[in-house]
Amino acid sequence: MFDPISLSGKMNRRDLCKIAVGSTLSFALPGFDFKAAEKRGPERRKSVIILWMGGGPSQLETWDPHPGTKIGGPGKAIKTTMPGLQISDMYPLLAEQIESMSVIRSMVSKEGDHERGTKYFKTGYRPEPTTVYPALGAVITHQAPNPDLEIPQHISLGNTEFPARGGYLGGHLDAFRVRDPGKNIGNMRARVEPPRQNRRLENLNIVSQAFQKGRTIQTQKTLHQSTIDRALTMMSSEQLNALEIDKEPESVRKAYGDSPFGRGCLVARRLVEQGVHSIEVNLRGWDSHANNYTGHQTQAAMLDPGFSSLLKDLKARDLLDSTIVLCIGEFGRTPKINPLDGRDHWPTGFSCIVGGGGIKGNVIIGETDPTGKEKKPAEPVQIQDLYATILQKLNIDYTKELISPIGRPLALSDGNPIKKLI
Amino acid sequence: MKQNILKWKAVCLPLCVVALVITLVTWASSSPIKNSPKAPVTIEGNPFQNTVKQVDQFFEDQWSESNISASKSTDDLNQIRRLSLALHGTVPSLEEIREFEQMEGNDRLERWTQKLLADRRFADYFSERLARAFVGVDQGQFIIFRRDRFKAWLSEQIEANTPYDELAKTLISGEGLWTGDPETNYITAASADGNLDRNKLTGNTVRAFLGQRIDCAQCHDHPFDHWKQSDFEGLTAFYGQVEVQLFGVRQNEDLKYEVEDRETLEKRVVSPQVPFLDECLPQEGTLREKLAAWVTHPQNRRFERASANRIWGLLFGVPYINPVDDLPAPTDLSEFPPDVLDILGKDFRENGYDIKRMIQIIVASKPFRLSSQSKSPVSEEEVERLNDSWALFPLVRLRPEQIIGSMLQASSLKTIDQNSNLFMRGRRFFSEINFINEYGDLGSDELNDFPGTIPQALLRMNGEFAQDNGTASPLNSVGRIAGLDFSDEKRIETCFLVCLTRPPTSSEKDYFLKQYQATQNQNERVKVTEDLFWSLYNSPEFSWNH
Repeated sequence: MFDPISLSGKMNRRDLCKIAVGSTLSFALPGFDFKAAEKRGPERRKSVIILWMGGGPSQLETWDPHPGTKIGGPGKAIKTTMPGLQISDMYPLLAEQIESMSVIRSMVSKEGDHERGTKYFKTGYRPEPTTVYPALGAVITHQAPNPDLEIPQHISLGNTEFPARGGYLGGHLDAFRVRDPGKNIGNMRARVEPPRQNRRLENLNIVSQAFQKGRTIQTQKTLHQSTIDRALTMMSSEQLNALEIDKEPESVRKAYGDSPFGRGCLVARRLVEQGVHSIEVNLRGWDSHANNYTGHQTQAAMLDPGFSSLLKDLKARDLLDSTIVLCIGEFGRTPKINPLDGRDHWPTGFSCIVGGGGIKGNVIIGETDPTGKEKKPAEPVQIQDLYATILQKLNIDYTKELISPIGRPLALSDGNPIKKLI
Repeated sequence: MKQNILKWKAVCLPLCVVALVITLVTWASSSPIKNSPKAPVTIEGNPFQNTVKQVDQFFEDQWSESNISASKSTDDLNQIRRLSLALHGTVPSLEEIREFEQMEGNDRLERWTQKLLADRRFADYFSERLARAFVGVDQGQFIIFRRDRFKAWLSEQIEANTPYDELAKTLISGEGLWTGDPETNYITAASADGNLDRNKLTGNTVRAFLGQRIDCAQCHDHPFDHWKQSDFEGLTAFYGQVEVQLFGVRQNEDLKYEVEDRETLEKRVVSPQVPFLDECLPQEGTLREKLAAWVTHPQNRRFERASANRIWGLLFGVPYINPVDDLPAPTDLSEFPPDVLDILGKDFRENGYDIKRMIQIIVASKPFRLSSQSKSPVSEEEVERLNDSWALFPLVRLRPEQIIGSMLQASSLKTIDQNSNLFMRGRRFFSEINFINEYGDLGSDELNDFPGTIPQALLRMNGEFAQDNGTASPLNSVGRIAGLDFSDEKRIETCFLVCLTRPPTSSEKDYFLKQYQATQNQNERVKVTEDLFWSLYNSPEFSWNH
């Protein structure tokens, strides 16, 4: 009997797709929009999704549990599909999807304050007064813009105090913020019906003309009109559909979870399909100075379904090869449990998950001391090294220098790629 | 009977509580601020006219030397718009426009400036602007940094017109608790992770008060300036004995300032040392008092020049020398003629470091009064040349606070200030926070101009705030203008005055008149007014200072 898979041991999903399409078996495959997602696999232009854990999640209640120890708390660990990896038992769904991702258990920072820590970890540069550094997403957008996009290229989903900014690269590279993803696309809709909207725009034209008198060049240089025009293009673009999830099957929406974060993950997947390359999805609420364990259970109930469904969908659509997913916060939490059953800020030795987009999978980097006495983890990793790795995988030369407004040459990242992940 | 009394008590008690709460809230929210001041009738003497003349002469000479023809003076209405935006962070209200129009005399702009400076809104707005230079925009370390207290304190100092050198000294050498002595937040702003970052204090002090960026000398000698790493360390040593403890910011004489040598990795003690003007360093006082005296010493011309450049920047939206905190070293005045910063700085020093006086001089001088329209069509290079020599008023994008302040003000016919009702003030407070959050703050980098962004355009066009202010209601100006029983011409004119502080041109008037004439009923008239307002809110003229 003809069996395509047994003919080739290296048959991958993409080939299967081709065969399936060719033999009109496409109904058997997960549906996706061909127009937006022609290319699959490594040839596709790469996107980055950062799942930002605002507040600083505990490494012990996520990817670096030490069950049964004094510092471990009441939590247990479960086995995962990644060989040798155990994570907190609060993440049963993720444990099924985590193969081909990698885990770093030895992130180190020098910033133990939320604001400074977030700025450091979003940009790869420690904050300083004379330079506002751009977030990784802004750097990617700056270096590799997608000319086919009518919607923003750099998007931040969900509410956050410190969204990714364009820094010295300019305010136009600030992440476009969608505070309640999947529910409300914010200010993208005109407030009046088309006839009135047209009248408003014609009025605007009249009033602008009067202003231009004697200021033709200056007015052009303000880019006021062109900014409005681009905003109007965006408002009428079909690509905006990527931000809507009501056409997704109910089962899919359910799998991601009906939380702003879950919907954000679903929207993130749709944006990747549309060709958006820099996306951040925010999940706040990790700052568990009191009742750490129950707090992390609440958070896990949102993170587990959202993150795992995102990975599952990306794999099913053959998008994981071209999409780097990073789940990280500004720092971790103390091994010691405080009298309020909480854990405090801990910038030395915490965890993140990274993978996809050609980053080597199934690697576990670093180790923390199960007694909690040794502060420094084995094989410490700095955020700039991780960003250098990611930029390299995006084929962006991370050593390239840009000139900051004060005339200082600055590399895109001053770290070095992590060898184990390449 | 007894039960009846109990019942009455049960009813009365909550009522009493409610009445008490209402009384207390009313009392607490009643404004302690005096009424918005009237413009003075005359100005006695003209104390700073001489300096204004010098500034004007400086520019006249420069323009004739470079063969530049400066643009015409702008009209008075546009001038009061610029003044309100610079000093209060909003456009003038219709009420204010009418008051100004009633004023007579050639010096009415000077008198109007005095009125604005005497208004509490000036102190409040300028305290935020200056706070950015002093402590930045970060929320800083929890508990020990109270930006709100710092800003309130600064506002009181500006209101009282505390000499600027005194202000700087208090900030650098202040002691006490961040709540009770809010000036000490200048020090605690440099705390992170429970440690006081003394390098940050030094960089900040030199940037804010001497207009010099020496932050890079923290790690290495300045690549193209005279600052050496040892200069930085010597200055930082003046902050070597300041401590942030449970009881506030304190001086601890036992502390030694040590740095780790980058090469040998050994610790060495650094003694306090200034990079120049040794003779200005006093013998007496704590280390920080000495530093403060040196920074503000009359002979340390960097202080007055930096102050003049910053205030110039806050008024124009662009500093005289950009960036605001990276000035060239002062020239020897016995060899070179003074530049604008020297002229303004000298007046500042000789007249008690009076911020309000400096503002009055700058806004009375030629460059601030020029039109942003060029006389004849010009090329891009020519515009740049005119802008560089201040022969054309620069187009500067309004700050987020100015945009929201202006939208709010334009949505009311009366002036929104400390005397507005609690509802209006509360609305202003919360709308401002939300709007700025969404519009994006420029941070400490606020004097560098960036083009507007798409999300900002979307927010102005479709945002909730724009919708609330642009939809007619009996409480806002759109609703009131649409409902008032006067001619449509008057209606159009009022819309323009309220939003753009100018009457419509004749072609604009004709255009909108046609829209009103085509309406069948009041409902349609309201819609025409709403749409007109929307266009004015979204016009470049509204969101750029011109």
